[in-house]
Amino acid sequence: MANTREIVGKRVARLFKNGDLVNLGIGMPTAVANYLPEDVNIILHSENGFVGLGATPPEGQEQKDIVNAGGQPVTILPGGAFFDSAMSFAIIRGGHLAATVLGALQVDERGNLANWMVPGKMVPGMGGAMDLVAGARKVIIAMEHTAKDGSPKILKLCNLPLTAVQEVDYIVTELGFMEITAEGIVLKELAPGVTIEEIQSKTEATLIIPPNVETMNI
Amino acid sequence: MNKVTTRQEVIDKFSDGQTIMIGGFLATGTPESLVDALVEKKVSDLTIITNDTAFIGKGTGKLIVSKQIKKAIVSHIGTNAETGRQMNAGEIDIELVPQGTLAERIRCAGAGLGGVLTPTGVGTIVEEGKEKIIRDGKTYLLETPLSADIALIKAAKADTFGNLVYFRSARNFNPMMAMAAKLVIVEAEEIVEVGSLDPDEIMTPGVLVDMIIKG
Repeated sequence: MANTREIVGKRVARLFKNGDLVNLGIGMPTAVANYLPEDVNIILHSENGFVGLGATPPEGQEQKDIVNAGGQPVTILPGGAFFDSAMSFAIIRGGHLAATVLGALQVDERGNLANWMVPGKMVPGMGGAMDLVAGARKVIIAMEHTAKDGSPKILKLCNLPLTAVQEVDYIVTELGFMEITAEGIVLKELAPGVTIEEIQSKTEATLIIPPNVETMNI
Repeated sequence: MNKVTTRQEVIDKFSDGQTIMIGGFLATGTPESLVDALVEKKVSDLTIITNDTAFIGKGTGKLIVSKQIKKAIVSHIGTNAETGRQMNAGEIDIELVPQGTLAERIRCAGAGLGGVLTPTGVGTIVEEGKEKIIRDGKTYLLETPLSADIALIKAAKADTFGNLVYFRSARNFNPMMAMAAKLVIVEAEEIVEVGSLDPDEIMTPGVLVDMIIKG
């Protein structure tokens, strides 16, 4: 049985087409880059100021001024370009990003997203998340289906402070692939071995079940 | 006109209560020597405008640890536990601004604009207290300019007139900040003669720069 990161990474990767400019958030979203189909090349945007984000350099070959949005050493690929923060976020807000992939604390059936703070607990700041979710043409949530304590993260209505309103397009978890529509959350695909009853029992929002729910091809 | 100066002349410009912009993203592109100079002068009650508070002991994080900051206008504090501790203890005022909005507010000040309309933050706590403007059916927040007394800038190369070249992802907020403060102080890794930089490769024109030190 594949692990969560692999299931989610493989399914998200199939949402891209050749040449898409994409921003991947820290954590599980970053893993998506490892599962791209061979015939799909995407260009990665790094919010701290470049396109053409490449892999982690071999030990000893790090360059201090080439880092990703988490401050970790990375590389820039041939054809990449550096720019300042105003240009970086103009690319984000200006509709030049085909997609952004982020994690979530909560996401709801209206496409609202909460992923940046828990009042009284965690207030790291929104960084670039609000701009990414407001600006990217497609917003893809890649996450574990439930919280660590088993409570649902896919809700009727988020109750944590929002990152953006009605911007989420897709949710991909280890249980399934869902699309957010004007009518609600449509269950498009189930991960292998997962039943409709199981995914619904772990989801607070009522999933819309079409006649043919396919099995995720991973 | 030679703007290269001494560390002491820079230190003399710092005083309590100033608003200071500091370039960098998680300390990449932060002028560490200039930050050290602020720590050395022990000025207090500063307002800093910078992307993040970096790490304990690195970049702008050093000013948090030394408790010289009254207010920080930033997009992210999550990598510096001391910032969170001071915020929760009521010792520091943190204004969180979405990163793209922060860049645009600084750019507005340097570009003579009265503000910018952005969709970022609509429907979130970021919109509290801000004017909402609807254009062509879409809602935007009116975000206002951010200016400073001093900008501390990190460049890879400067000529003695202050023409600047940044390197790789160390560019980030530096070019906007170099336009948005009354006094612009640059720390350059390398200082070269006027005329040795190709005018096409210059990223910040020297007319915007006041003082340069070697970093």
